[in-house]
Amino acid sequence: MSDHGMFGAAGTGDTSGYGGLVRTPAATGSSERPYGSYFDDVADDLERAYPGFSDAIERVVVDRGELTLHVKREKLVEVSKILRDSLKFEMCMGVSGVHYPEQTGRELHAVYPLLSITNNRRIRLEVSVPDNDAHIPSVVEVWAGNNWHERETFDMFGIIFDGHPGLTRILMPDDWQGHPQRKDYALGGISVEYKGATIPAPDERRSYR
Amino acid sequence: MTTFIDPYSSSRETTEGTVFSVTGGDWNELVTEIGATKEERIVVNMGPQHPSTHGVLRLVLELEGETVTEVRCGIGYLHTGIEKNIEYRSWTQGVTFVTRMDYLSPLFNETAYCLATEKLLGITNDVPERASAIRVLMMELNRISSHMVALGTGALELGAITPMFFAFRERERVLDIFEMISGLRMNMAYIRPGGVQQDLPAGATQKIRETVKEMRKAFKDNATLLIGNSIWMKRTEGIGYLDLAGCTTLGITGPVLRSTGLPWDLRKTQPYCGYENYDFDVVTTDTCDVYGRFLIRMNELEQSLRIIEQACDKIDKLAGAPVMVADKKIAWPAQLALGGDGLGNSLDHIREIMGTSMESLIHHFKLVTEGFRVPAGQVYAAVESPRGELGAHIVSDGGTRPYRMHFREPSFNNLQSTSAMCEGSMVADIIGAVASIDPVMGGVDR
Repeated sequence: MSDHGMFGAAGTGDTSGYGGLVRTPAATGSSERPYGSYFDDVADDLERAYPGFSDAIERVVVDRGELTLHVKREKLVEVSKILRDSLKFEMCMGVSGVHYPEQTGRELHAVYPLLSITNNRRIRLEVSVPDNDAHIPSVVEVWAGNNWHERETFDMFGIIFDGHPGLTRILMPDDWQGHPQRKDYALGGISVEYKGATIPAPDERRSYR
Repeated sequence: MTTFIDPYSSSRETTEGTVFSVTGGDWNELVTEIGATKEERIVVNMGPQHPSTHGVLRLVLELEGETVTEVRCGIGYLHTGIEKNIEYRSWTQGVTFVTRMDYLSPLFNETAYCLATEKLLGITNDVPERASAIRVLMMELNRISSHMVALGTGALELGAITPMFFAFRERERVLDIFEMISGLRMNMAYIRPGGVQQDLPAGATQKIRETVKEMRKAFKDNATLLIGNSIWMKRTEGIGYLDLAGCTTLGITGPVLRSTGLPWDLRKTQPYCGYENYDFDVVTTDTCDVYGRFLIRMNELEQSLRIIEQACDKIDKLAGAPVMVADKKIAWPAQLALGGDGLGNSLDHIREIMGTSMESLIHHFKLVTEGFRVPAGQVYAAVESPRGELGAHIVSDGGTRPYRMHFREPSFNNLQSTSAMCEGSMVADIIGAVASIDPVMGGVDR
């Protein structure tokens, strides 16, 4: 996303003081125990069922009433199987990619929302990989329903899910170049002339951010 | 082999075998030609322009005679890049985009998006009760209109045209209510972060109550036509079988999951918008087939009517209460009066910012041009849409635009079960199975 709109304002372009609301960076550290709610139980159960917990889980983040486990990619399938079989997270609600170009070495994130019907609980797994080695093991063997979701994330972000039964594009045409949801992929569009005035393409319009 | 090129029906040799292109014309000629090839196994490309595939779904079928041995879905024909576009709009403008995803259940898309945004803002508990009741009312009306399309088109695709007339007649009533409340019949962008865009017009709940009474009577038309109808039963019973194990591993939710007997409904299990205060039942069947899913949708209509009546009572009790959070930064542009030019405007507000307060003018300018800021972080909020769990995963970097928004669409996910439901069945039963999933391609492709 370019910071330069039609008027070329860098940053927020704010001179009023209104924007004195400082952007708070996303929490990067681990949350401290107790996590609250059922999150302590989930963490305890996982530690008990999975001896390699401290090695596989990089961070445990509790934010806005949601638990996120940051998992090392090599351990993702192992952890997923334990979560499904021992902790009864029967369902994986897909995978959503996020591209953070400024996080050097961990630019691409894959986020897996999990649902336990037995215990009526939700948690989230997050895996981050560098852009130049965007490989994550596929969890399709654990949750078959992630098949299309992983294809979509590959299509949109270029994350390669190793072991996926057929990792092809799903939404974009097969011969498409690039991965549209990445931040370095321009929105595109064409300017439109209307009654003599030209309206710029959406990503070229003036913006106050 | 024909010796001339017929633009409507031609064949050519490829390494995979003979390829027949059929776009109309003389079917007898084609059937004779295919019959002459002595090949039992044929691959048929069904869609994306096919009236029975709910829009632009493409199915690649491998047939042995009339038995389907393999089904693969081709999707993406309605991909609009909403998730990318939204990264270039303010948080409020986002509603206008998400409402166009699954165009048969726009209010569910809006609610999922707004619940996630409110969670990011930390104002979930500040949303006024009246706004939540209006959201529930609108969603349940929307569930009826969406189920009506599912039932109507599903029946039409299996050869019954009358149920569709009845279904669309009822859907019209719901759309009229939507028009009365929001001004639009579809894609209304009515639910906004912090509440709803405007209050109900005078007399709305009265009109809704009357409509509910009429609909309750009118729903019987379709029920008498289809429930127990022997032709309908033959086309739907035992068709599109998918059991609980299949549903959980494929992440299937909604009526398909409930047709296995599991009463999983987010309105009950993980309530939002105050659903815990409404009295209704979760409808299930245990047949795992198309007929079971049809019955669930039929019976969910009555449950929705019950919720609508309770929501009307609640809204009447809360007359005069706000429908937007008190924070004016988020509430903009909700509180407008009709200006002299016929457009929404607030003359008092204009008088204040232009005449008395420079500070107000600055704030007004900033809020209108860039919108409000949302603290950094990520959330996932899910609602029970007519098709299953509709989840919104939203990431904010602390700015005035969503950093990343992803919708976990039930249509997209559930469509994966087509292969599991159809392989080994007859080719004609694919239509019924796909109709019972009720995929909406706008939601599948986004």
